[in-house]
Amino acid sequence: MHGLQFDVAHLLAGSLVLVSFMLLYQDRLYALLNVYAAHAAVLAASVTWQAYVQDAPHLYVTASIALIFKAIIIPIVLHRIIVKLGIHREIETVVGVGLTMLGGIGLVALSMVVMLRVTPGADPLAREDLAFALSVVLIGLLVMVTRRNAVSQVVGFMSLENGLVLAATGAKGMPLVVEISVAFSVLIAFIVIGIFLFRIRERFDSVDMQALDRFRGERR
Amino acid sequence: MIDALTGVLLIPAVGAALLAALPGYRLTARLNVLAALATFLTAVSLFVVEPRSGPYLLVDDLNKVFIVLTTFVSFTTAMFSASYIGHEIDIGRLTPTFVRFYHAMYQVLMFAMNLALVANNIGLMWVAIETATLTTVLMVGIYRTHEALEAAWKYFILGSVGIALALFGTILVYMAARPVVGEGLYAMVWTVLVTRAAEFDPALLNVAFVFLLLGYGTKVGLAPLHAWLPDAHAEGPTPISAVLSGLLLNVALYALLRFKMLLALNPAALAPGPLMVTMGLISCVFAAFMLYRRRDIKRMFAYSSIEHMGIIVFAFGMGGPLANFAGLLHMTMHSLTKSAIFFTVGHIAQVKGTQKIADLGGLTVTHPVLGWGLVLGVVAIAGLPPLGIFMSEFLVVSSTFARQPWLATILVLGILVALGGLFLRLNGVAFGEPRGPATPAQASYVPMFAHLSIVFMAGIYLPPALVTGFENVAKLLG
Repeated sequence: MHGLQFDVAHLLAGSLVLVSFMLLYQDRLYALLNVYAAHAAVLAASVTWQAYVQDAPHLYVTASIALIFKAIIIPIVLHRIIVKLGIHREIETVVGVGLTMLGGIGLVALSMVVMLRVTPGADPLAREDLAFALSVVLIGLLVMVTRRNAVSQVVGFMSLENGLVLAATGAKGMPLVVEISVAFSVLIAFIVIGIFLFRIRERFDSVDMQALDRFRGERR
Repeated sequence: MIDALTGVLLIPAVGAALLAALPGYRLTARLNVLAALATFLTAVSLFVVEPRSGPYLLVDDLNKVFIVLTTFVSFTTAMFSASYIGHEIDIGRLTPTFVRFYHAMYQVLMFAMNLALVANNIGLMWVAIETATLTTVLMVGIYRTHEALEAAWKYFILGSVGIALALFGTILVYMAARPVVGEGLYAMVWTVLVTRAAEFDPALLNVAFVFLLLGYGTKVGLAPLHAWLPDAHAEGPTPISAVLSGLLLNVALYALLRFKMLLALNPAALAPGPLMVTMGLISCVFAAFMLYRRRDIKRMFAYSSIEHMGIIVFAFGMGGPLANFAGLLHMTMHSLTKSAIFFTVGHIAQVKGTQKIADLGGLTVTHPVLGWGLVLGVVAIAGLPPLGIFMSEFLVVSSTFARQPWLATILVLGILVALGGLFLRLNGVAFGEPRGPATPAQASYVPMFAHLSIVFMAGIYLPPALVTGFENVAKLLG
């Protein structure tokens, strides 16, 4: 592995973590979707670079799925849904931006400590990729936890899956079956969500999870 | 070349396509039963002629047990589902279009569960479990009421997070295998992984197992990751509650057991047992106490499933031939009993028009067969002698007492607390003042009593062939 190849891969994976942080503090749905599109675009760039470096042409497929499907189609569709539902207002975050960002920093530190410590034997690129990927996964979870709105929870989930794709491409020579399945599962997940969103709107005229949370199951 | 192994996948796949295309619920309900029966018979034939395992599909003693159990309960549930869905159409709760969708999804779920069980590839297994999850999400939300949608949404979000963590663990296992096995397909194949597991990097395997335990553990319904389970059980159609409790939890458990075997083969990796024992105990005791505050009957039995999955995971976590045997037996008995209970509860909820425990009463007077069926089911699930669950729980507890008396004490506490909770509620529902309509139920009692009689028989006499089979699997699990 040449120095430059490693540096570029490192830069792109690091950028993905950075964009994940940007997801954390967006307080408008439009902005959140735009940042998510950027997230997917960075992922596509990173996967393309991996495909080139590893000389693994099948990874180009994964990269183009990330670019076309995740960075372009999904954000556009979600934009439309938001307009249709008339919810392009502010997102209520559960805790303040400062605390959330601190939490994010803590999670990144945690994933660095865990992943770098257990992988001294693996090649440096895979190591750092895994550490970054775990950070993206954990920040995705944090986004899901801190948001009340169904659309932004979905965005959090999709950023989490981006982290998984980063990990899968970083693991050199991982069979194609998994990459396609990852992309495919995003597709299925999205269809499911789409159905859900429409049903939810149909029934309650709201996609705010707080409205759903009124139901606690045991109340009479 | 089509052998029994591809058969258990092909039949549900074809069934799903057919059922999606055909109109008319009477016909499709029967076809659903037929497809499930054919799958079950194919699965049984695995014991007669064992097909060869390839890089994608695998058959061994461990998954044969799971496949036969899964296909059997699928078959009986399909029978129950036929009468259940008929009633739902009559009262207009489901439209024919939704029923067509429901039947197709039922077969897709069978396909996904069978695929997860026969997959020889950790990636393929993950895909199958994800498919099974998404299918059940759709089925839980099928009534489209406020509650059903919230339950499906909660299940979807928590299930996806669990599945995502499991994929990360899967990737880590591949990373651990790659330097030893080499790049590509074979670093994800079970049969290759187990032969070389001793050479893997132990630290990487440890981290992988933590992710897999949290990920698949969410699907098993282990506390504190169980939040989706009661909602999904209570709000979906009852046949799906039966399949969720009886089968899907087992499939996730199967994935966990496979990875546990992998870790056990590496002497330097951490022992997976204590982690599983801890989570199992927490689930068992927590769910036992939660049983007391339930007001919805399906929700109550969902908590009882968490309790029993806790006991099963505990048993497998203890390890050793005896505890593994007990765990396997308990898993089988729980699947059969819990699905029988859900069959009964489904019919009860239909005739009474409610699932609220407070509105149910005196069932043994108004509907003697259903009422006594429920009593028998609860007696079985609470672990009273001479039924099957008593025997398996007794084995779990006694094998633990010999090794870790303290752990056994906590486990017994959980079981007894659960028994109290179940009987407290059963008393009002089955005896007490009769409440609600007393119109006779149009129910099919065959699946319910088939399960209960197997459980009853198992409590008295276990066929030697079954015992040797389970003993072999128990040795395999280490």
